[in-house]
Amino acid sequence: MSDKEFIDLKAVAPAEVAEVDLYQHREKIYTRRIEGFFQRIRLYTGWPLLVGYFLLPWLSWDGRQLVLFDLPARKFHILGLTFWPQDFPMLAFLLIIAAFALFAVTTVLGRIWCGYTCPQTVWTSIFMWLEQKAEGSRNQRMRRDKGPWSREKFTRKALKHVSWLFVAYVTGFTFVGYFYPIRELLVDLWTFNLGLMPLAWIVFFTLATYINAGWMREQVCTYMCPYARFQSVMFDKDTLIVSYDPNRGEPRGSRKRTVDPAQLGLGDCVDDELCVQVCPTGIDIRDGLQYECIGCALCIDACNSVMDKMGYPRGLVRYTSERELEGGNTHWLRPRVLGYALVLAVMVGLFSYNMVARIPIELTAIRDRSQLYVATDAGAIENIYTLQLANKDNSSHEFELSISGLQNASLVGETVHEVQAGELRSISIRVRAQPDLLEQPSSKFWIVAQATNAPELRASVESRFLAPR
Amino acid sequence: MSNFWSLWVIVLTVITFALMIWLLFSNRTREQEIDKQTTGHVYDGIEEYDNPLPAWWFYLFVITIVWGIGYLIAYPGLGNFPGLLKWTQLEQYEQRVAEAEEKYGAIREQYLAQPIEDIAGEPQVRKMGMRMFGNNCAQCHGADARGSYGFPNLTDEHWLWGSTPEAMKISIAEGRQAAMPAFGDVIGSGGVTNVTAYLLKLNGRDAEPALADAGEKVFQSNCVACHGADAGGNQALGAPDLKNDNWLYGGSPEQISHSIRAGRNGVMPPHKDLLSDAKIHIITAYVYGLSNQ
Repeated sequence: MSDKEFIDLKAVAPAEVAEVDLYQHREKIYTRRIEGFFQRIRLYTGWPLLVGYFLLPWLSWDGRQLVLFDLPARKFHILGLTFWPQDFPMLAFLLIIAAFALFAVTTVLGRIWCGYTCPQTVWTSIFMWLEQKAEGSRNQRMRRDKGPWSREKFTRKALKHVSWLFVAYVTGFTFVGYFYPIRELLVDLWTFNLGLMPLAWIVFFTLATYINAGWMREQVCTYMCPYARFQSVMFDKDTLIVSYDPNRGEPRGSRKRTVDPAQLGLGDCVDDELCVQVCPTGIDIRDGLQYECIGCALCIDACNSVMDKMGYPRGLVRYTSERELEGGNTHWLRPRVLGYALVLAVMVGLFSYNMVARIPIELTAIRDRSQLYVATDAGAIENIYTLQLANKDNSSHEFELSISGLQNASLVGETVHEVQAGELRSISIRVRAQPDLLEQPSSKFWIVAQATNAPELRASVESRFLAPR
Repeated sequence: MSNFWSLWVIVLTVITFALMIWLLFSNRTREQEIDKQTTGHVYDGIEEYDNPLPAWWFYLFVITIVWGIGYLIAYPGLGNFPGLLKWTQLEQYEQRVAEAEEKYGAIREQYLAQPIEDIAGEPQVRKMGMRMFGNNCAQCHGADARGSYGFPNLTDEHWLWGSTPEAMKISIAEGRQAAMPAFGDVIGSGGVTNVTAYLLKLNGRDAEPALADAGEKVFQSNCVACHGADAGGNQALGAPDLKNDNWLYGGSPEQISHSIRAGRNGVMPPHKDLLSDAKIHIITAYVYGLSNQ
């Protein structure tokens, strides 16, 4: 209904008041299967990602799972590198990069992520495909759902849900396999030796997948997903959108293939509603840009197939921009895009530098608090420190401790320590200094740990040395 | 919580629940113009749609309320009502302690069965011992066990109460009390000066020979009961060896004189009521390992 009709109606008739439900019952969407160019793109880009997701936890490196987020041990193994919780700023970097990449891509290409890569879309398509296999085409499904229960209906429905649950289980199992060694997980699960927590998580992710991709579908995009809502602030007139061309299509109407539409006073839209029937979010693309639209281009494929049949040029529904629809040309290089790209490049640069310059050892120092200092018979002043030396490298190293920044000071105690790969070693050590050489009662200095067999493995920590006034 | 406040909390909680349920269900439907699509809010020509919420949203509210009621029945929350599951934080804490005890207790018991000399070098014992030492001993002896003024260094070869594992274990479990009486009034200030000179001479340090000789006589008549005729000390009493130039309360002439004049009291508190036998065993092994590497 256009705004004009609405206002007219109100002007002539007094408002009719009735009791309305403030909650909307979901209308089940029956999607028609369609093939075409953009569907193939989705298939070719989706498969490698899916295979990657399901295969990655099964790959090993140096006898250890290639990607394993070992939460109980607080160690995160990614492609031969081991990250500790101390490395979490890296994750923040990664998330910032992901966010800006999303902003940049959305500004230029619209909801490419939603339409092609988002797990919600990908798994929903898998589930729709299974639904099609079990229950048949759109029309068959609609007819059967309206009809009475029969043995066949039950069998087909059961088949659908079992296949959904199976895919959901494999998905959930694989997901937990990123956090629990997946080979052990498989054995433990099927020999009933799995602990309650991993089991509960497998059940949770299985059910979440089953409900999201089977039952919730577009409800997730429409009501739950924040990205679907805030993408509107990233859109401008030049953003790529899926749109119907009303100038070419209107007035819509059915006609025979042999008739010239111009004679009937019609546009190119044959009004067969194919674009509506294939839409996974249940909207009519001809109503213009809507927040429900995930940019999946199914309606483009559907409309193009009709245009081909009718012998009209393709692209009545197409990827375009608002500016292009108004007759202009899309500006690809615009300040907003360049700004996002610049920030993205800076963040990627910083992250790469941090990754390359990352030193896989960590040193912290805790001063003994019970005594400010110890005075020795020889007149020296000593402070006691407990050091935590973490070796995040994948091989063990021998570290030599030293100090800098304190004149004529020395370490008392064992200064050479072997720290195993992945070990966090506590070392207690004493620093001895000559009080007459200290300028202040509290002096800043550094404790340094240097691997004896690897010059690049060096960490230092700042601490304080206290002495009597 | 007194009965009044308990009742107060229960009544408030129940009223809140009832209000929430009423609020939810009374707003299920509304009298409204048919075909009214916007809220009437207009900003810069942009109108706000008045779209309904999805129905499953309503059911989520219902589930939340049911969950909340179930929670209050099962867990403590309604005033003093402990909940049907009788769950308490204390119980959970004790459970966790028991779990840890089960896990690590066995390891500790296994070491308790072995002699201290044998396990002192074990990496696991050293790590466990270091942790326990840090928690229980480092306050006085320092994190590196090298001690400080008044608290002995545990990494050297000098021992006040004996260097055997057994003696160390007794020191930790039973504690020690050492008393050096004040001799200032007994031997006079001249006596103190002379004995100090004698001790300095014994340790090969600079001392006036005449004073030292006089001091030896005073020492022989006053100090030998505890420190022995050769000043070698007596580990049964915790009387230190005075010839090794290792001074618990400082080795300067002034500090030595002060110890003689005013006396000293050393106290090592007993730990048998604080730590289990196995833990004391492991700490002993750690300390033994520090001085017998």
